[in-house]
Amino acid sequence: MSKSTLKYIGKRLLISLVTLFVILVVLFLIVKLLPGSPINNERLSDAQRAAIEAKYGLDQPILTQFVTYVKNMLTGDFGVSYNMYKDMPVSSLVGSAAKISFLYGLSAVVIGGLLGTLLGIFAALHKNTIWDTLATVISVIGVSVPSFVFAMMILILFASWLHILPTQYSSFSPIVSSIMPVMALSVGVIANVARFTRTEMVSVMNSEYMTLAEAKGLDSKTLIFKHALRNALIPVVTILGPILVNLMTGTMVVEKICGVPGLGKLLINSILSNDVNIILACSFLYAAMYIVMMLIIDVSYGIIDPRIRLGKEDS
Amino acid sequence: MEVNVKDIEFLPDDFEFVGDKQDISIDVVAPAKPAWKEAIDIFMKNKGAVIGLIMIAIIVLLAIFAPMLSSYKYDDLNTALQSISPNMEHWFGTDTLGRDLWVRLWTGARISLFVAVCAVFIDVIVGTTYGMISGYFGGMVDSVMQRIQEIINSIPTLVVLTLLLMVMKSSLTTIVFALSLTEWIGMSRIVRAQVLKVKEEEFVLASRTLGAKSFFIIFKEILPNIYSQMIIMIMMSIPNAIFYEAYLSFVGLGLPAPNASLGTLINDGFESFLVYPYMMLIPAVVLSILMLSFNLFGDGLRDALDPTMKEM
Amino acid sequence: MAERERVLKIRDLSISFKTGNGKVNAIRGVNFDLYKGETVAIVGESGSGKSVTTKAIMGILANNGTIDSGSIEYTWHDENTGEAITKDIVQLSKKEMQKEIRGRKIAMVFQDPMTSLNPTMTIGKQVMEPMMFHYGKSKQEAYQRAVELLKEVGITDAEKRMKNYPHQLSGGMRQRIVIAIALSCDPYVLICDEPTTALDVTIQAKILELIQDIQKKKDLSVIYITHDLGVVAKVADFVNVMYAGKIVETGTINEIFYDPKHPYTWGLLSSMPDLDTNDDELYTIPGTPPNLTQEIKGDAFAPRNQYALNIDLRLDPPMFDVPGSDTHKVASWLMHEKAPKVEMPESLKRRIEKMKEEGLKNG
Repeated sequence: MSKSTLKYIGKRLLISLVTLFVILVVLFLIVKLLPGSPINNERLSDAQRAAIEAKYGLDQPILTQFVTYVKNMLTGDFGVSYNMYKDMPVSSLVGSAAKISFLYGLSAVVIGGLLGTLLGIFAALHKNTIWDTLATVISVIGVSVPSFVFAMMILILFASWLHILPTQYSSFSPIVSSIMPVMALSVGVIANVARFTRTEMVSVMNSEYMTLAEAKGLDSKTLIFKHALRNALIPVVTILGPILVNLMTGTMVVEKICGVPGLGKLLINSILSNDVNIILACSFLYAAMYIVMMLIIDVSYGIIDPRIRLGKEDS
Repeated sequence: MEVNVKDIEFLPDDFEFVGDKQDISIDVVAPAKPAWKEAIDIFMKNKGAVIGLIMIAIIVLLAIFAPMLSSYKYDDLNTALQSISPNMEHWFGTDTLGRDLWVRLWTGARISLFVAVCAVFIDVIVGTTYGMISGYFGGMVDSVMQRIQEIINSIPTLVVLTLLLMVMKSSLTTIVFALSLTEWIGMSRIVRAQVLKVKEEEFVLASRTLGAKSFFIIFKEILPNIYSQMIIMIMMSIPNAIFYEAYLSFVGLGLPAPNASLGTLINDGFESFLVYPYMMLIPAVVLSILMLSFNLFGDGLRDALDPTMKEM
Repeated sequence: MAERERVLKIRDLSISFKTGNGKVNAIRGVNFDLYKGETVAIVGESGSGKSVTTKAIMGILANNGTIDSGSIEYTWHDENTGEAITKDIVQLSKKEMQKEIRGRKIAMVFQDPMTSLNPTMTIGKQVMEPMMFHYGKSKQEAYQRAVELLKEVGITDAEKRMKNYPHQLSGGMRQRIVIAIALSCDPYVLICDEPTTALDVTIQAKILELIQDIQKKKDLSVIYITHDLGVVAKVADFVNVMYAGKIVETGTINEIFYDPKHPYTWGLLSSMPDLDTNDDELYTIPGTPPNLTQEIKGDAFAPRNQYALNIDLRLDPPMFDVPGSDTHKVASWLMHEKAPKVEMPESLKRRIEKMKEEGLKNG
């Protein structure tokens, strides 16, 4: 890695950190400004409520609260749940939920990315045949139809009609339980990747340098895998960002449908029960995950494509 | 194909000049079509796009007229007719409260479309203004505005939407507001890039030295350059907005009862969908068709209006 | 001249493409020969079918293109026995074409060096690849040879350049790399498709000289595709003038330049940019090439030909031999004995006189 690349990465890291801090401030303010008390119990007297609020430090000025929050956060302490899971540390709640969501998301990206690439290459190599049309139709439907509709259809098909998969998540059989949600999440990834790969592959195959490679007398295996694929797949990295956003929204709804105790479900439930510390931690984690992923995507794009020199063109 | 010259029978005037009988200076070229006609031709050749357009038209018409023409109303409760499967009287059945789902579905589609169109309309205005100001003033203003935009852009839409709806009471206006907050950035980027380009052109500099208000000149100059990109952007944003509305409703942050949107219908249906799958399936299918149609239509428009973005 | 050895013999080649607007008859009965160590140029406007012809020779026609008829006979000597082998490329399978001919016996230099190198592969890999692929050379051998090749095509700092990516080099350098790639498998025939069109004027001459040097050193046969008669004058032994998928005039360089017979060739020669002439009566070719999706009746050039005869509208002219030469042939009814005598335009005549003088002066 050259000096300018390192400098670029450093700069991006710094910007990301600043962004994260801004997001934290905004989130914290929103959560604190929410109407009503963060303690849900209606039967509490004013004195009892004040005592509980004092215990959690909610009577302090907002700035002090923020400083305390950030300090604790840096040691891995995100406070405790006020309502849903009385006094349970948020870090462990969010941690176990995030682990499931992250695994699902990762599986969907890996499975979807692989199948999508294959489908895209297949369509490009059979350009303008019935196979290409079929692949295009599949990917347009996959891009357009929301993942929760797929989740529902899969649920009805496999759980309600065929009875081969459980309708709801069960912690006793995490792998079987993961099949449906991962399938539902993969569809969108497959479709997006396939569509993009096809376009890129077609334009690469039409390029002058592919004609030259062909004129070298290489066989089609070498042509496709050594010359075309790399050039076609580099730009696919750029759509990983949008795919990630889709996946995040996707996990929230799919988790609801399949009853998966993931980050999305935790966030929704915490919003519905006004559990501020969980809301804060979940939202922040979502934002942080997104920012880190975007950083990784940007930097890796610069590394795998020799034409892009990071840091040289920064506008 | 070797022809033996000796075998050919020549006509008497074969070896005379054609001369003035043909005018070689005239180019026989197909007459050029105006750009918009060309665009329509390209669009009409794209079967998917045409189907998309037709489907959108059908859904819009149904959304407008179906509730009017039905004898039921979207919030008519009828405890005697709970959860009836689709039949001749109730085409799409009734829900758990005995409301006619045919009417509720199209009322819901109407609201979903309305929300999406409003949100995108605000997007365009906010995005254009932001991009214009950022590009026109340049310098410090531009960098600050770009940094702000970068930060907003790096917060995932879903977090923004969820938080906004927590703070504000959910209603039609707040949902429109929340949705318009997330999509304007793409618009402002296009406008800013165009402003930066036009700003450097000579006639703008010239008119500025003459004391003309170049802000308006730029605006007038920019519109024709970006209208096609703008239309494409709008067509791509509408299904996005429809999706996010449905998502919010499904998550439980959508319109309050008894209002219906495609999202709330899906959410209501979800409660009992293993018993009465039609309650969730029908609105889900309509939502999917609507999004699919907009995507197909948007793709067709992009290919027709912006040949540089065309897929090979 | 007796010991001239024929390398390529193309007869009656016809190629068509299926497109959305119907069948395009891109090549309509092309004949020509290429001899060892000699250079043939194919000249014509864009869309006249020059590139399609060479792509057929390489066996890299686009998928929607088919060879309808004709033969491309290629003769080479076996590496071990020295025995002459002749094969019709048209009859070879795709696999044989790829394994035996393409890159190995016939290589190609492309028009635009900016786009013809793989942007994500190092120069070294791209030069080494064909040798390793066709001759199974080891990495070290291939590397050594690649460095030699780069030096041969005039690249300084060859070892360092091996690690570079195409975008790090200038256009002229890249074209040298493309030439090095073409030479890497020691081909017998080199096809240059507008090799200098995309380059700066200052570099054009250098690249042409490089190709000529290499040709002499390796006794290569070269086919030049170009629309630039200036290039042709510099490099070619024989010239084929192509119009609408047919060769309309063929001959030695002197015959085409000093004694052109076809009105289309007159047009090409007249429209050659030339600093010295300031004729206002320059003969230009009006109109545009014909639409090849339609059946062409008679001579394809007739609608643009100010010397068109009635028969041109009815019958396609055959190749007429020009009296007194066994190389010069013209496809024009004007060559028929019954045709009225037509002289080339005065301005062109003056031009040719001048060229002849300069030719004598330069040796």
